[in-house]
This record gives sequence, C-alpha cells and structure tokens, in this order.
Amino acid sequence: MKPVELKKDIYWVGIVDWNCRDFHGYSLSPMGTTYNAFLVKDEKIALVDTAKADHAGEFFCALSHLVKPEDVDYLIVNHLEPDHSGALVEAVQRCKPEKIFCSPMGARSLAGLYQTKDWPIEVIKSGGSISLGKRSVTFLETRMLHWPDSMFSYIPEDKVVFSSDAFGQNWATSERFADQVGRETLDRVLSEYFANIVQPYSPVVLKTLDKIAELKLELDMILPDHGLLLRGEDCAWVLKRYREMAEAKPKPRAVLVYDTMWQSTEQMIHAVSDGLKDEGIETRIMHVKANHHSAIMTELLDSGALVVGSPTHNNGILPYMAGLFQYMKGLKPLNKVGGAVGSFGWSGECVPALNEWLEKIGIEVVGSGVKQQWRPTHDTLKACVAYGREIGAALKAKIAALG
Amino acid sequence: MKYVCNICGYVYDPAAGDPDNGVKPGTQFKDLPDDWVCPVCGAEKSEFSPES
Ligand SMILES: [Fe+2]
Ligand SMILES: [Fe+2]
Ligand SMILES: [Zn+2]
Repeated sequence: MKPVELKKDIYWVGIVDWNCRDFHGYSLSPMGTTYNAFLVKDEKIALVDTAKADHAGEFFCALSHLVKPEDVDYLIVNHLEPDHSGALVEAVQRCKPEKIFCSPMGARSLAGLYQTKDWPIEVIKSGGSISLGKRSVTFLETRMLHWPDSMFSYIPEDKVVFSSDAFGQNWATSERFADQVGRETLDRVLSEYFANIVQPYSPVVLKTLDKIAELKLELDMILPDHGLLLRGEDCAWVLKRYREMAEAKPKPRAVLVYDTMWQSTEQMIHAVSDGLKDEGIETRIMHVKANHHSAIMTELLDSGALVVGSPTHNNGILPYMAGLFQYMKGLKPLNKVGGAVGSFGWSGECVPALNEWLEKIGIEVVGSGVKQQWRPTHDTLKACVAYGREIGAALKAKIAALG
Repeated sequence: MKYVCNICGYVYDPAAGDPDNGVKPGTQFKDLPDDWVCPVCGAEKSEFSPES
C-alpha cells in the first residue's frame, strides 16, 4: 500500500499482510495482520521499525514514494522480532544510516540476530532523547512488553508514541485508523492479541500504564506495530482497555474446553454447563479440536472460570488437551476458578491429571471434579450439574472478593 | 539459593551475582539492594521466587 500521512511529516510506511493466518507460529490471525512502520521527515529523516523479510520489496517501494532510502538518517529499532526487523539488514544497506538507535537489551540481541559489525548502533536508555531538528524523540524502555528489547519512542512536539507491539491487533484493513472501522471487531482483535501475546506480562503492562500517567505523557496518537492506529479519544480508550485486561478481574462467564472419544466426557461437560447457567454464569463450550488454542485463550481472557474435560487415554489425558495446557500455562491467566470432569474405561487418571494441570497454571480448583467409568448415568449427569453450580458459586465468591 | 524472575524466567544465581549491575559474585539474593531489578526485564525483587 502507498504511504499514509498521519500528521504533518509523520507517515505510515507499513505492510498490509492480507494472507497471514499463522501469526509467529503459535497464534491464529484469522483476518490477517499489518506490519506498521513509520517515517518522520524533519531536518533528520528517521525510520521507525521495518517489516517482515518476505515483504521487504513492498516496504522499500512504499518508502521510496516519500524519500530516497539513502536520505534516511536514523533507524529507530523499537523491537527486534523479525516481523519488524526482518528488513533491517536491507534497510542498513540501502539507507546507510548515520545512526541506528535501540535499547540496551536490543543491542544485546541485535548481534545474535544479524551481522551487525560496522553498524553505527547507538544505545539509548529509558528517558534518553535525540533531536530530529524541529522535533525530538524520547525513548521509554518497556522490557518484556513483550520482549526484553521492546521500547516506545515518543515525539512530545506531536504527542505521538510509537508503541511497538503494545496495543497491536491482527487485522488487515485498507483503513489505517481505529475510528474508521467497527468498534466491536476492533475490541475483539485487541483482546485476541492481548490474550495470546501480552497476557503473561500483565504486571509489566500495569507498570507501563502507571509510568505513562506518572510522566504525564500527552497522547494524541498511539501508533502500534500491528493493525489499526489510535488517535484522539481512542488513545484513552485503548489505555483503559489494556488496564482492564491486565487487571483481569473475574467475570461471570465460563469456558468449558474438552476432548472426547465416545462422547461420555462431552455429555458431562454439557451437564456442567447447565449447572453454571443455573448460577447465572454465561458459558462457552469449546471442543479442543474444533477451536484453535489461540481462540480458546481469547475466550478465556473474558471469563472467570475454566472447566476442562478429557477421558483417560493410556493412563493420561488426550494429547490436544495437554498441548492446550502447555500453551495456557505460558500465558499465565489470572484470577480464575476451575474444575475437571472425565470418563474412563479401566483406569481413572484423567481427572487427577487435569486438576494437576489446572493447579500448575495457577487456577483455583473447586472440589475434586467428577469422573465416571464407562458411560455417565442419569446420576452422574446430575452430579455434573451440581458440580457446575458449585463452580458457579465459587466464581461468584471470587468476583465479590476481587470486584 | 537461586531465585527466578516470575515475569521473564531469568534465574539469579548468587555464585554469579550480577556484575553488569555492580553485584559481586557470592551475593545472596536477600542481600541485593532494594532497588536492584531483574537485568532482563526490569522486574523488582518482589517479583522473584525461590527456585524449586
Ligand atoms: Fe513482537
Ligand atoms: Fe510484532
Ligand atoms: Zn525478569
């Protein structure tokens, strides 16, 4: 796409990746994504981030609409993940920059990713600032939001912050600003990105939001590296949404995830859902093979309870469930209650194994679960409904305690 | 005893210390200054737990 002027002499020079579905190898991006990069034209010309390597041609074409690449003076590297630094080597070759700015942690990683010998790297610590002429750029390290090297770059004269992956969303659109698209979908893709990428660093998010408030950063535009850009009132909106998601106050909603061989566990899960509904808890039932693990994490972000089900299979649980748990544990969901159900033929390891996973993930387990040999009877399903009510009551108590 | 950062997984090893930030090898976790932060992610001391 052609560049878009965002403010006088500040341009979007990004890539719209309409076809991306597998985001970074672990998450789905069902509506594609963008790799946003920015050009600031002042007495010095600065390029903020680049693009994924396989889009380098398109990237330099867009850039050339605005400047000759060799006229770029400064490269600002907010984040080293290859979706933003993949075209960096070519950018250094084409632009022959006077300086390349990155964070202290960035400098450590750069040499491991690329051949940086002879690159004019200048390390900038948090609070450090450079002049572009009429404007300046101040850097704010945001370690682990979401990599050690991550940083924000802020132009006080324009009240613009380049926020790297923070506040990003995976959504390929021809529009550039959040106020030009549907709000409900925007909120969905914002939380999908948070749930799968930012969530484990929720304490860092809260610290960063506090820092932004403490520094009294005036914000007229928040420009993330993926998806729609935020301006005007949307800046306050996105900061508020990030605070809500990072605080993770439990909500009266439950996700029930399961796998099943001959539908016994499936019946039990449906019965638990009925019990939760008796307690006024909204439910979403998700078969682990009908839903990608990243879609499950997005649903879980907005839910205070997680119920899991698996039959016993070869003295353990079914493999897709184990894969989901591994992924979920890394994302460190907060403030959830949970429970487990499962059926078995001749050995009943499933429910204890599921509970062990829930505990490892940090979920408060309610009771000891319901397990059933062979097929659930009417009484088993009644026990599952009662268990659903018990989990619902525990969730309501948690909401009351943390609300 | 070693301590692990809950945010990024960095392990503080008293035998190694954190020389880049002026902490000599042999410094126990409890003796680190209060304003010491995780060298990888900037987390405070309170974000660390004993390695299990
Ligand atoms: Fe990233
Ligand atoms: Fe990214
Ligand atoms: Zn750390």
